[in-house]
Amino acid sequence: MSIGITSYGVYIPRYKIKVEEIARVWGDDPENIKSGLMVYEKSVPDIDEDTATIAVEAARNAVRRSNVDPKEIGAIYVGSESHPYAVKPTATMVAEAIGATPFLTSADFEFACKAGTAAIQACMGEVAAGLIKYGIAIGSDVSQAAPGDALEYTTAGGGAAYVIGKKDLIAEIEDTCSFTTDTPDFWRREGMSYPLHGGRFTGEPAYFKHIVSATKGLMIKVGAKPSDYDFVVFHQPNGKFPLRVAKTLGFTKEQIRPGLVVPMLGNTYSASSLIGLAAVFDGAEPGSRVLMTSFGSGAGSDSFSIVVKEKIDEMRDKAPTVQELLKGTKYLDYALYAKHKGMV
Amino acid sequence: MAAPRFWRHIPARYNLIGTKCLTCGEYYFPPRTTCPACRRAGTIEECKFKGIGEVVTYTVIRSASDAFERQTPYVLAIVRLEEGPRLTTQIVCDPDEIEIGMKVCSVFRKITEESPEGVICYGTKFMPRGDLNE
Ligand SMILES: [Zn+2]
Repeated sequence: MSIGITSYGVYIPRYKIKVEEIARVWGDDPENIKSGLMVYEKSVPDIDEDTATIAVEAARNAVRRSNVDPKEIGAIYVGSESHPYAVKPTATMVAEAIGATPFLTSADFEFACKAGTAAIQACMGEVAAGLIKYGIAIGSDVSQAAPGDALEYTTAGGGAAYVIGKKDLIAEIEDTCSFTTDTPDFWRREGMSYPLHGGRFTGEPAYFKHIVSATKGLMIKVGAKPSDYDFVVFHQPNGKFPLRVAKTLGFTKEQIRPGLVVPMLGNTYSASSLIGLAAVFDGAEPGSRVLMTSFGSGAGSDSFSIVVKEKIDEMRDKAPTVQELLKGTKYLDYALYAKHKGMV
Repeated sequence: MAAPRFWRHIPARYNLIGTKCLTCGEYYFPPRTTCPACRRAGTIEECKFKGIGEVVTYTVIRSASDAFERQTPYVLAIVRLEEGPRLTTQIVCDPDEIEIGMKVCSVFRKITEESPEGVICYGTKFMPRGDLNE
């Protein structure tokens, strides 16, 4: 019997800041930034939101978009690089808040921006082995950039949760392929507030090499070529990188556009490719084939070949879509933004 | 708030778990173990509130104790849940958005953290409905 996605749910904070406002403070040219990054605005968590509250809201939306009884959930894994506690799993708060406790296993995952897709693979394994009926894999982040760092234009908050199972699938996962190496492109040491990155080094040997290798490996495994897919989603640290990697691999703009959420959302780290996939599910017809590849610094990529099932038409409207979550925005000025981020 | 006291209230705080008297149909939040109307005749059962309600009255807090100072100004309101009980809760919106009679729904937020070292208290607040589906 096939394994796949029984439900999905997303959460995006309602506050945003525009690139112009950040550029004004640092004296940068906003047009330059916008055309360079293809990011126009980014989400900002409210003062009382963090990775745990965002993970809970995403998980609640995933449960709403399903007929799953939370007590049937046997595993909850939360991938993030901004867990609120150094010791005390975010997954325990999520499990309690969706009513899945106490008979389940849970843990927090860490692998920069691909911890959420690693969590999906762990759930797939447990479902396949018959250890659990359903597992929830979550990517959630409220990542920070040092004020004035180029990353400040893109670091955003958001989360996505996927219920993995064998029953009532809205999408089947045909196969997955990962590519991992020891590459120091981006890191944050314990106790430090902001990450450091290797500048230009983050591009070719990190993002591009890992995504290209995992995606090619997956297509060989399932015997597919780029034109066999209707949609493709890549990790989205900005708008430029995913478009470029798509072109390198032979995918078209039409395939990537529906899942490209970064221009009006920013980089949501562990949630980035997962929110992109959700945006595809929000509009995809049954039978559509989707390829998604995440990327996490350090470095690794997980690639998935997915086929959308008929069930999606019945479940889609039970929880808010990505586009609905991006509406109703309130814009912050830099002073309020700094307060939201706890910088003042 | 001390960790053990916070921990005991997790079901009520996270998931609006209250009680219902099966004898007279009255709902209670926070949960009560006996029904004051039916007394010994009352049969009490745990129940999860839908998290939908209406603002009965509110106040805007502009100056607060240390634990809440960073959140000021914020809105504190009495909300009447659809099932009947009223509760005092923070409303997640700007002070100029709040109005009496506004429909609200529950959200999961940080309530307070005593210090950078201390436990983080999570729980339920309310936000104006329709924010997501306008
Ligand atoms: Zn009674």
